[in-house]
Order: sequence, then structure tokens, then C-alpha cells
Amino acid sequence: MKQIALEALDFALGPEVEYADVRIVESKDRTVSTRNGRVSQVAATESMGIGIRVLINGSWGFAATDRLNREGLAAAANLAKEIAVASGLARKEKAVLAPENPYVETWIAPCLADPFLTSVESNIQLLLAIDSELRRNAGVTLAEGSLVFDRTRQVFASSIGSLIDQTKTSTGAGYAAYSFAKDEIQKRSFPNSFGGQYQLKGYEMIEELDLLKQAPRIAEEAVALHKADQCPSGEFSLILDSSQLGLQIHESVGHPIELDRVLGSEANYAGMSFLTLDKLRALRYGSDIVNVVCDATLAHGPGLGTFAYDDEGVPAQSTPIISNGLFTGYMTSRETAAIVGDARSNGTMRAKSWDRLPLIRMTNVSLLPGEQSLEEVFDVPLGIYMETNKSWSIDDKRYNFQFGCEIAWEIKNGKRVRMLKNPTYSGISTQFWNACQAISNRQHWTLWGVPNCGKGQPEQVMGTGHGASPSRFGGIKVGSGYQA
Amino acid sequence: MMDPKQCLEIAQAEARSMGVRDVEIILSDTTSSLTRFANNAIHQNVTAQAGHCSVRVVLNNRTARASTNRFTEQSIREVTAQAVGLARSSEADEMLPAMHEASNVESQSRWAATTASSSPTSRAQAVREAIELVEGAGQSAAGILSTDVSHEYLLNTNGVLLEHAETMSRFSITSTAADSSGWAKASTVDLRDLDTASLAKQAMGKAWASAAPKEIPPGAYTVILEPAAVLDLVGQIFGDFSAAAIAEGRSFLSGRLGIKLFGNNITITDDCFHPLQAGAQFDGEGVARQKLVLVDGGVPRDVARSRSSALRDGGKPTGHGLPLPNEAGEAVTNIVIHGGDHSINDMIRQTKRGILVTRLWYIREVEQFEKIMTGMTRDGTFLIEDGQLICGVRNFRFNQSVVKLLNNVEMLGPTMRTSGEETFDMVVPAMKVNDFHFTEVTKF
Repeated sequence: MKQIALEALDFALGPEVEYADVRIVESKDRTVSTRNGRVSQVAATESMGIGIRVLINGSWGFAATDRLNREGLAAAANLAKEIAVASGLARKEKAVLAPENPYVETWIAPCLADPFLTSVESNIQLLLAIDSELRRNAGVTLAEGSLVFDRTRQVFASSIGSLIDQTKTSTGAGYAAYSFAKDEIQKRSFPNSFGGQYQLKGYEMIEELDLLKQAPRIAEEAVALHKADQCPSGEFSLILDSSQLGLQIHESVGHPIELDRVLGSEANYAGMSFLTLDKLRALRYGSDIVNVVCDATLAHGPGLGTFAYDDEGVPAQSTPIISNGLFTGYMTSRETAAIVGDARSNGTMRAKSWDRLPLIRMTNVSLLPGEQSLEEVFDVPLGIYMETNKSWSIDDKRYNFQFGCEIAWEIKNGKRVRMLKNPTYSGISTQFWNACQAISNRQHWTLWGVPNCGKGQPEQVMGTGHGASPSRFGGIKVGSGYQA
Repeated sequence: MMDPKQCLEIAQAEARSMGVRDVEIILSDTTSSLTRFANNAIHQNVTAQAGHCSVRVVLNNRTARASTNRFTEQSIREVTAQAVGLARSSEADEMLPAMHEASNVESQSRWAATTASSSPTSRAQAVREAIELVEGAGQSAAGILSTDVSHEYLLNTNGVLLEHAETMSRFSITSTAADSSGWAKASTVDLRDLDTASLAKQAMGKAWASAAPKEIPPGAYTVILEPAAVLDLVGQIFGDFSAAAIAEGRSFLSGRLGIKLFGNNITITDDCFHPLQAGAQFDGEGVARQKLVLVDGGVPRDVARSRSSALRDGGKPTGHGLPLPNEAGEAVTNIVIHGGDHSINDMIRQTKRGILVTRLWYIREVEQFEKIMTGMTRDGTFLIEDGQLICGVRNFRFNQSVVKLLNNVEMLGPTMRTSGEETFDMVVPAMKVNDFHFTEVTKF
């Protein structure tokens, strides 16, 4: 792969080319899923191709191909140059890249148990055992479960002399129980909705989750929701579990801090951001106890946004985003770092695969643990505790959001007193984070994987990581989703 | 890409050497180009060429699929062996249909040489002209001009040999002013039919007309939803028009087929042969697509049925099956919501007080059975009073049951091919809808 990358880079260079980089990516995955006692998916995919990016006279061109012989590489490199020249027909400012060092390194993400060495039979047996356990509850009308394994090796080579070889293995697993009765469909998922948990780990993640053990509780809750009271409307102390809080971070912190979005690159699609440049180191984003980092380093944990180098060859970093409530940092690239006064990129450029251009993407954007015990977080006279995301929506500048969860409980004097169904909450991003009253400690902190983050045109759906622990927010509007 | 018949022969030979007779392959070769602009300049500009080959085998009521993008004999052999291995590891499924037999599939051209031959320079020039229009009006343009060229093949060892070639071009533009924005988008098979200048002017006009937006309180309003807003909101329900979804109790149509659910003026078909539609005329197993009447005068009548669903439920497959194995069963893909003859201006003139919505954004399902959706208005939201557009308004969050919405449609516009960002392209009209629920207002 390194030889192909260097050959492609050679084709991409030329006297008119100010900068070039190539990424050759080889990936394979396995998906196994079951529904109601049947195997619904057994599939394996492999892919290999190369993306070539060139900068000519301050304008970018990118071409990708899966034809990896000399002719294919030369054609793609020439097309990237032709595209860069065409881009110059409508250019305003010349793209200038922040300095970066060349790196030559091979990095393999830790993977204790290779998931591709597990047998498909054993994958199916696990899912069918869960399926059977879920459907032992007669109220469950649909049980579904899935396992997803992915391994990607990428070789990056650039005209500044970098040659970086990275291999990452990720694993995803989860299941859900649906209960359809009369005119209502209720659902519970474990360990999270929309496919479960995803991490930069091998099969050890599945063993850690102890999936089968939780199945009876999940089935019971899905069925019990039919008889639960409707979640009330009004302003409440709101406690979120760590998975829902992870998605809250993703939508109301992670996306707004993407500097390309702030600068208008996504105006036509993903939108812009309320975090205009004047707000850096001036905005009280959250209460004093709120600390958020954007951290791609392995030290932060095995997240879907963990790597050694980003897709511009910039080393993984940890950037303070919110420091004791103050907004302190954006996610940047080599092209944008100087705009916020930074000498170098903080390393967040990522591409979905070889056929896509790197964009500023969330790595692991996490709320750091607080100091409270779980009991202290729940210690309110009256509150609502919500668990597991069901729906999520936020406006195109990331102010107004609304989330729905699968299940909630009314909390009185620190204790769960009754189950509530169809909970939703809504608010304005900065008001919400400024209402943060308590964050539970490291013992309850989980690094969640969000596998389906969309951005860019053509769209790139990618994985991001979000660490969080159960936390409490005061005076949050609850219940507006169900007044329609 | 390798010759499809040669590819099948290699896969078939490998499978037979492993004792497997039934093989299906799906091949594709696509070239996608996209010129992206923002702040009145091109900032991203890409072309990606990609091939794909997937092999499915059936043995002893077991099936599995393996895929690659490497078109060498060795790769095809390896991926076939992998599919056989996966299938052997899987569980037998008595409801798995046998490999499909060859049948007639009506062919319809969806190919334009002008789209296929567009160059980076021609795309950049078209973008530059649109930018100049917007910049000349003191606004900032962002958007895309894209072309896609694809060839798909589906073959199997029962004689199925199907081919589909398609081109598609898309232009989308957001024009931003000091405190407002406007948006327009279109998609066409033939790039020459894409009127980029007209779309740029449309977006500019909306940004200009919605300047200095006022904040008005949320609540129940009469709304006029432009076609893109109809597409992105009503389009959220069509995944439920699936026999598998009904069988599994995850469709809002469970127990509701044949029962009046929407207003008399709602008729919806799935029609691959509609002149404004796109896509292949066969499904993921090679079954010819049939025209379906999904909703007739407010009554849900029919749903898509794959061969598996037809085996389970009876009836004939409708040509909407997804490639096997899969989790969803089948999906409608060529939606046509029948329209009326009211222009948007007609609708505005006949509105005492209401909201005109250009586009909706970030739509998600809050409740499955009444199809309550939440989302935001975006890029051109206006107050109407006494039959006139009064001013732009700050964007709203809505929480609205689509079932109720389709009971409250007062007027329909002519149908048009419509492209949005929340679902696939469809042929839909504008709608004037009473009692639409805005629940919150945002800050811009």
C-alpha cells in the first residue's frame, strides 16, 4: 500500500502543485443481524481505493478511484489537477496551510480480541440467544439485534514528506425490543439505540457489555411502557443518562465548534453555527462545572474519533472546548487554524473513506466527569430522569434543540417513583449548558460511539465519540413533543 | 469494470466447485462529481469513481452476501468463496425464496450524454455564473452542482440479466443576506434542464424578502408548504408502506390498510414509470417494478411486497424488494403525491393568516403510530396576512402528526419533481395545510 501511495503522490506532484496528499484505504467489515428468531443479515464487504488531493494556485482539487494500477493512479492525479484548476475559476482567497511537520509512522489501534477471528456461527448464536430472551416476554412483538465489525488500514502520504500507516478496528453491538399494542409502538434498546455501542475495540467490547444479561429488563421495560403515564409537560429538573447526554454534546457542542461550519462552508447543507468568531474566549457556554474537550488521543479512550494522525497528517490532540463554562476552542484544520489565531491545526480533518475529501469532523467531544456521586446527581425534590435516545433534532445554527428518549422516570426526593413514556425535552444550547447543576464522577463516565454523524456534500456518514456521565440540568422544558 | 457476464461465470465456477448452484451478482460502476461553493467561491471540488461487485449465494435455504470493489478473477473467486462460507455458517430460513427466474422488465431510459460528459470546467463556469448573480445582489452564495453517472447490473444463474444506466444532475443554492437566507434546489436527468440561474434568483429573492425577520409566537397556524417542505416531511412516512414493516408491527399502517386515514384529496402512487421519476425498473432481486396505488382518496390501499413478503403474506411481489439478505424487506422508491391546480400565489391569496414554508430541516420521528415528526423551518419562512406575504419570520420548531396533516390539506399545487435534503427525490405538490403545530421559535 505504501508503494501505491508514493506512486500516486509522485503522479500528483508537479511544478504548479503547491501541496498534495494521497490516502489509500483498505477496509473490510462484517455485519450479522437477527430479527424475531431469524437471521436477517450476514454480509461481508471489502473495499480499497485512493483519494488524491492537490492544491494549485490556492484552489483545491480531489479525485478518487479504485483503479490502483499505474494508469488509474495517473488518471486520478491528472483529474485532481484539472479539478483544482477549474476551482480557480471561482476563487476568492487562496487556501494557505498552517505549517506542520512531516511524520513517518506506523500505528495500530489496540484490539485485544480480533472480531474477524470469531466465527459467524458464534455471532449468530449470541444474537439468537438475545432474541429468544427478549421474546420470552409475550408483549415483545419485534426483537432485533446486530453485530458490526470493521477494520480499516490507511496509508497517508503528503508532499511535505509524511508517510503514515494507521490501522483501526471497531466493533458495534446492540439490540432492541419493540412492543406494538393497540395504537402505540414502544421500544427499548441496549446498550444504546440505533445499533447500540460502538468503540475502537475488538470483540472484547462485546464481552464487556454482557448483552444477554440485560435482555429480560429491556423486554420488560418495552412492554411496561404501554401502561406507564405520559411524561408531563412543564419545566423540571432533568437528569440525563450518559448515552443521551453524549448525543446532546454531539448536537449542541460538537457541531457548533466545527470551524468550517462557523465560516460558512456548510451553509447550504449542514448549516452554520451560533458560535461566531467573536464568541471565542468570551461566551459563557455553560455553568462553571462544565468542561468539554475535543480529544482524539488514545489516552482519552477507545472512541470512534480516536486516531494517531488525522487525514491531513496532523497528530491527534486534546483541545479544551469549554473550560469551567467558558468557550475556549474550535475544531480546526490546516487551512482554517490561522483564522482563530492558532499556529497549527488541532487535527480534526477526517474523511469517511478513500472516495471522500477530509473535512473538519468531531473526534471525541466529551464532557469531562464531575465530582458528584450518582446519588447527589439524583438528589432533587422533583425531577425527571430520561434514558436512551429516541429522536433528535436541532436547528441549522445549533441553537434550538429537541430530543426524545425511550423511557423516563419521575424522581421524587432522589428516588424513582413512576415510569413515564414518550418523554421529550427542548431548549436553547447555551441556556441548557448554563443550567447544568451536577455531573457525576469518573466511575459513571462512558465513552459512547455515534456511528451515524452526517456532514458534507457529497454526504459523509461517520463515527464520533462522546464521553459523558449522568448529569442534572435545572428548569428544562419537558414534554412539548407530544402536544401535536 | 469487468464484463458482467464474465464476472458471473467466474463466480458461478467458484460456487460450483464448492457445491453451490445458485449465484446472484450485483455490479455497479459510478462516477460522481460535485463542485461545492460557499462564501461566493468554490471551496471543494471532487470526482470519485467507484466500482462494486457483490455476490450472493443460496444453499439449503441459507443465503449470504459478500462484496468487493476489486475486479480481478481472483477477487471475484475470493468474494464468492466468502459468500459461500458465510451462508454455510448462517441458519436455514424456510421462508427464503429461491433465486428469481428471468422475467420481462420494461426498460426506460434515464441517461443523458450531456450529464455524463460534463467537465470540471463546465461545472465551475455554471457555478461562477450563479455566484455572480448572488454576489451582484450583495448576498453570499453556497451550494453544489453535481453530476452522477452510474451503470448497474443484476445477474443470476437462473438467467436474470438486467442492466440500468442513469445520469443525474443536481443544483442546490443557499443565498445568505445580513439576517436572512433563501434556498432552492432541483435535480434532472439531463444537465441541460437544470436552470441554475433561475434557481439562484429564486434563492436570492427569498433571502431579500425575508430580511429583518420578526419573531411571532409559536402555535397552530395555516401553513403553505412548498414542494420541498412537503417532500421532506410527508416523505418520512413511506418506509412504513412495506409488508415486512406491517408484519413486524413497526408500521403505522398496521391494522389500517383499507381504512380511511387521510383526507379525500390525498392519493399517492409509487410509479417508477412516471416521466419525472428516476431509478431502475427492477428491484434488488431483479423483479420488475409494478405501479402501486399506496393511498387512494385518503384510504391506504397497498404496500410494497418483496418476494419473501409475498411468500409469507400471499399476493404477488411488487418489484420493491431490497437486495437479500436484508433487514427491512422492501421499500417504495418512486413516490408520486397527486396534486391539484392551485399555484402557491393562489394559496397565499386565499389565506387570512398563515406561514409560508420554503424548506424544513432535521426532521425526526417523535412518535411512530401517528407519525409525529419534529424539525425546523429554514431558509425562507414568511408571515401571510390577508392574502399577502407580509414579512420574514424567525424559524419555528414544529411537532406535527403527518397522519393529521394529511387530513388537513385544504389546497394542492401541481406536482413537480422535487429534491430536498431529508429524503429521496419524489414527485410532489405544494400543500396548504390547516392547524399545523409550531411549538417553539428559535433565535434567527
